Amino acid sequence: MPETPEQPDRKGALSRRRLLGVAGAGTAIGAAGFVGGLGASWAATGPTPDDASQPQSHPFHGEHQAGIVTAAQDRLHFAAFDLTSDSRDDLVALLKAWTAAAARMTAGEPVGERAQPYDAPPDDTGEALGLTASRLTLTFGFGPSLFRDAHGADRFGIADRQPKALRRLPHFPADNLVAARSDGDLCIQACADDPQVAVHAVRNLARIAFGTAAIRWAQLGFGRTSSTSQSQQTPRNLFGFKDGTANLKVEDTADIDRFVWVGDGDDPASDWMTAGSYLVARRISMTIETWDRTSLREQEGIVGRDRQHGAPLSGGTEFTEPDFSVTGRGGKPLIPVDSHVRLAHPSHNDGVQILRRGYNFTDGNDGLGRLDAGLFFIAYVRDPATQYIPMQNKLSRDDAMMEYLQHTGSALFAVPPGVPQGGYLGEALFT
Amino acid sequence: MKRRLAVYPLALALPLMAACTTNDPSSDTSGTATPRSLAVTSTDDRCDVSAQQAPSGNLVFTVKNDGSKVTEFYLLGQDGLRIVGEVENIGPGLTRDLVVQAAAGTYFTACKPGMVGDGIRSSFTVTDSGEPVAASGKEAELVATANTQYAGYVKDQSDQLLAKTEQFVSDYKTGKDDAARALYADARVHWERIEPVAESFGDLDPRMDLREADLQAGERWTGWHRVEKDLWPPKSGYHPMSRTERSAVADQLLADTKELHQRTRTMTFTADQIGNGAKELLDEVATGKVTGEEEAWSHTDLWDFQANVDGARVAWEGLRPVLQQKDPDLDAKLEERFAALQKLLDAHREGTGFVLYTSLSTDQVRTLSDAVNALSEPLSQLTAAVVL
Repeated sequence: MPETPEQPDRKGALSRRRLLGVAGAGTAIGAAGFVGGLGASWAATGPTPDDASQPQSHPFHGEHQAGIVTAAQDRLHFAAFDLTSDSRDDLVALLKAWTAAAARMTAGEPVGERAQPYDAPPDDTGEALGLTASRLTLTFGFGPSLFRDAHGADRFGIADRQPKALRRLPHFPADNLVAARSDGDLCIQACADDPQVAVHAVRNLARIAFGTAAIRWAQLGFGRTSSTSQSQQTPRNLFGFKDGTANLKVEDTADIDRFVWVGDGDDPASDWMTAGSYLVARRISMTIETWDRTSLREQEGIVGRDRQHGAPLSGGTEFTEPDFSVTGRGGKPLIPVDSHVRLAHPSHNDGVQILRRGYNFTDGNDGLGRLDAGLFFIAYVRDPATQYIPMQNKLSRDDAMMEYLQHTGSALFAVPPGVPQGGYLGEALFT
Repeated sequence: MKRRLAVYPLALALPLMAACTTNDPSSDTSGTATPRSLAVTSTDDRCDVSAQQAPSGNLVFTVKNDGSKVTEFYLLGQDGLRIVGEVENIGPGLTRDLVVQAAAGTYFTACKPGMVGDGIRSSFTVTDSGEPVAASGKEAELVATANTQYAGYVKDQSDQLLAKTEQFVSDYKTGKDDAARALYADARVHWERIEPVAESFGDLDPRMDLREADLQAGERWTGWHRVEKDLWPPKSGYHPMSRTERSAVADQLLADTKELHQRTRTMTFTADQIGNGAKELLDEVATGKVTGEEEAWSHTDLWDFQANVDGARVAWEGLRPVLQQKDPDLDAKLEERFAALQKLLDAHREGTGFVLYTSLSTDQVRTLSDAVNALSEPLSQLTAAVVL
């Protein structure tokens, strides 16, 4: 899509940069070479262009599920389901049907392989016909309630294989959770660059589930707030700040192995989770209007970075490591002690990191005409008990940003490993 | 009450087609070229089929109309008369699939540009693949039986509707409001059981079953729900109808019911009408009853809910002998899910009827809705499974 140079928005700027870059590098070098070249001076020149090195579709099958370290796509449709059947066979049949449909949709194919009579409702709902795969990824997870009901009873004969790490998240300070936006037996994270493709995927998977599982809650995200690859520009959240500058990136393979993927032997009774991960979902409402009335001084102090470039207040550029020891007048630290970047930084969290994959959302407005908007936080961790829970307790208690945030939804899911050809989602849990 | 733009007279629905496929062609008949996927190009003077033979089983003819006239495509039996499968009304430039289950034998393909004459025919051979093909022949008989049964059900329900409406109207006109209130839901059950049939009459349905919210500005409101509001009036801001007004609405309702009764005397049904009727009844439940919108004043939605499910079950039961031959898995699933939904409904019975919709909790409504979805999805496959 051609975009005019006058267009001031971020995407316009990116497209122009990409056009100039490709022209400068010459077509023979290609996209990968272009990105690689910039990568050498990455810290000095800031972000590299989005998407240039990314494939147009992501295979569904593999060692890990796609949609975790996959370069974050632009749009999200997330859905949590509750089982409406108490039959293990139904559950396994659903996971098989979802596997087949997901493999087709992520390849840009419609659901259903059979030719259908004119008098039958089509297997595929049709709204993605003619669209590309749009880098769709479908990532599936199992909630604690899939294993045991509210009374602790084994629901599907898998309670003894419930991972130790898979427990309902605790209450964090200032939580204001809505039950209808929280928890769930199953989840699907659908990410794509085209929102129609993501919505199509969830709609068709929900249709397949009728009679076995039904949507409990769902969330649309209109723009990513995280980068999961060095090839991506850091996006901004609705506070107007770059978000996820220091996020784990797919290129940091050692850190990804250490902090994202469940390792062999992590939880011997739940070895089916090896090469999987844990998905933390938090619907974080932002009180946009009061934030907007806050001085830039205070905003930057709360975040701990400058708004324009995302540089830490201790100095440098976006990707400069924050120096929490630097002080200014009166000996006060330049990065305030209650700033978000300080409290969330690995150096203040026993060195642990998380892979963030969140999205901006707005669900219209509340009854007072205020935006019902915020950040749908998604993080992937190897162990929520040591990585997410301590960090969130500290943030909820101490983070100056909490004045403008309210957590309204919460869920934790075990994301099983990827599906080999011929297998199905979570197969090792049921065999 | 159905959205009025979507009302189609049953007479316009598809004709009876008593032949011969399932809706479950083997996966090798998908878009890619296989021996069982055949491309047909129909022009004004040609009918080109990509192959003259195919192995027995589920065949897909993808028919493209490259001519200037509306065309049709037929697969005919060896006698050139028996219709094994057909696609009709293919406009110029359009493509449509015909899915048929064909046993080994000799057939004819025929395109009929302009929809007249015997069509442009070629012989077509189905070789024996060794795969089992459901026996045909008996199906026409089974479908005829289903028709007879369903037509009888419709007549019986409209008999009961008329009898109860006469009583209801009389009570209402003479001010016996308690008696009328007691009869309201019970009488409407017979309407709701055959709702798609009643709705097929585009003149009667809006006069008899329109809800207040469905009215256009200035439109006169008549029928069941007009009386409902008068019998269960809002606490304030409502002017009760005068005796004269009551008589006018009541007389109209009875006259319309008699007209409906009369029209059902001679109705016949095709398999697709019965199957689609079942699906439409569950659609009614999903959009109007499980939401509590249908009976906004009396809150007797669960009576309607049960009646819609009754009507759908009768329709399915009539078609079961055909369905059990063509798609036993679908039949088993429908049996299981009808039972599951009925179990939930039974939990809300009270006396001879049900509790009011307003006494249901959000969770109870949600559970009912999930069961409706669980049944509706396979029920939407019923028509294609039995008709083609």
